Amino acid sequence: MASAVQPRAFFSTGTGFGRVLGGLAQTGLVLWVVSVVSFGFLKLSPGDPVTVMLGSDFSWDSYDKLYHDLGLDLPLPLQYWHWLSRFVQGDWGTSYVSQQDIFEQAVLQALPVTLTLAGLSLLIALVVGIPLGVLAAVRRNSWADLAASAVAIGGNAFPSFYLGVVLIWIFGVTLGWFPTMGFVAPWEDLGQGLWHLALPALTLGAWYVGLIAAVTRSSLLEVLEQPYMDAARARGEPEWRVIWLHGMRNVLMPLVTVIGLQLGGMLRGAVMTEVVFTLPGLGMMITSAVQTREYIVVQAGIMITALLFILVNFLVDQTYSILDPRLRKNGR
Amino acid sequence: MAAELTDAAADSAGRPPNAALRAWRLLSAQRKAMAGGGIVLAFVVMAVFAPWLAPYGPTEQNVMDAMQGPSAAHWAGTDSFGQDILSRVFYGARSALWIGFASVALGMLAGVPLGVLAGLRGGRTEWGIMRLVDGLLAFPELIMAMAFMAVLGLGMGNVVYALALSFVGPFARMVRADVLQVKSRPFVEAARLMGVPERDVILRHVLPNIVSPILIQAGMRVSIAILLGSGLSFLGLGVVPPTPDWGLMIAEGRGFVSMAPWMSGMPGVALAVLLVGLNLLAEGLRDALDPRTRSRH
Repeated sequence: MASAVQPRAFFSTGTGFGRVLGGLAQTGLVLWVVSVVSFGFLKLSPGDPVTVMLGSDFSWDSYDKLYHDLGLDLPLPLQYWHWLSRFVQGDWGTSYVSQQDIFEQAVLQALPVTLTLAGLSLLIALVVGIPLGVLAAVRRNSWADLAASAVAIGGNAFPSFYLGVVLIWIFGVTLGWFPTMGFVAPWEDLGQGLWHLALPALTLGAWYVGLIAAVTRSSLLEVLEQPYMDAARARGEPEWRVIWLHGMRNVLMPLVTVIGLQLGGMLRGAVMTEVVFTLPGLGMMITSAVQTREYIVVQAGIMITALLFILVNFLVDQTYSILDPRLRKNGR
Repeated sequence: MAAELTDAAADSAGRPPNAALRAWRLLSAQRKAMAGGGIVLAFVVMAVFAPWLAPYGPTEQNVMDAMQGPSAAHWAGTDSFGQDILSRVFYGARSALWIGFASVALGMLAGVPLGVLAGLRGGRTEWGIMRLVDGLLAFPELIMAMAFMAVLGLGMGNVVYALALSFVGPFARMVRADVLQVKSRPFVEAARLMGVPERDVILRHVLPNIVSPILIQAGMRVSIAILLGSGLSFLGLGVVPPTPDWGLMIAEGRGFVSMAPWMSGMPGVALAVLLVGLNLLAEGLRDALDPRTRSRH
């Protein structure tokens, strides 16, 4: 776990305001590379978009007309430019399969599902993982310490798609406590929504609990040896204040680092969890689009996940200077 | 875990770690690696000798015996096609291990030279390579592998390529950071000043010093690769049926959870045990090779 605790610099250059600006410039560059890679993906994907759109029965005249209308006769850089300007404006085309606007399908329908699932899982993981990690650090070699390591090992061994099936078997089929599929938006019906999301969020959160407990434990162990902890105790502050105020304040940074670093794992888990529980999120959208070879939908999916990734990484970098005043000092 | 606990006890007591403690750490790191290595070895044996160990053929269907629970004839039960699950789990070790090791090896083959080039050359080469790597790393690994599968098409070979491609970025970034660290050390500068040819500086002075971090990273990646590979199969975007593959088997069993939970359960247990083994092995390897992690918790 030790390697995960080091603060990393995904975008950081300089300090203070300059740091933010530098970060923005770097982010812009990464965005550009991402857009080129996504466009390249679309161009590399097998099959001819024109024949896909026209179906099996078409005349060469209509083929040529559509070929021209789609701008496929233009040079590549120009095609890229057209694609990018349409993409930025939210004009992402229409799905051949569902006949739906892709922007609407991806951003307005699928994205909120994935975000809700991920947010709920993270919440579960934090609420369970942090106290578990604190207990494990304060009472080393106790049952809590053992539980924390067991959860960490188990979380790595049970991939979401397997854990999901196991939870469906135990809580859905055998005990019949929770529904095993379907999605009800919590913002429409809170009770039903949370009830339907219980198993998926548990599946995705379980893996995170071990990770967060492990990071909390190891960082807190380091913090416990610091002189300021003794100083706080010497001032007669109660133990809970020493741990939760002085101690946890210094654990926040490695925690944020790990949450940012493990975003890939979170998305990986979310995709699989959505498919196990048939939740209509981004993972489900991309999976079925790959199966039906609908490359423009796949591409919309990879663009959104990449944007999400970049945004969270950027936010994590900015959080460092909020959490750690030492990083702010040199700026002006 | 034992090593970490001992560490913590020693450090909080304020004692400097003595020789006995250091020896204990190495030993326990080795025990971890040994335990993990034993598990992984068992799976390798399973994969290599599957034709002799498996009681049935991996795709031998017997519809009369479909969806039977564990019995003397079928120790792990049968699936919906009447295929013997134990045999399929044995053969499934082949696809899991092959995907895990081959994709990491391929990813290293492309990522390590890129990282070395970026770290040693610096300047525009480094800038270009690292921005490309930044772009690659901006895609979550599973999403990237899914996109590659969409372009390449399904099948075992393509799973390996897709995963390998998604590992190029992480390897390149890590190797570059290590090279930068080694490059600033006096012995490299000394070798340069003595007029040692660039090629020898790389081969004799830089590479040997970045081997152990690369190995540690590779060890960690293998379990991620196996997880991603079986995940792709689970999603229906990886290995195609009827190839015996744990991810596929878990996906097939998902629809029969209420009637035949062993269909998903057995391959899942195999996957979980292998992943624990690989993680233990990688952690033991890290503890033994990297002195820095030993001084921390």
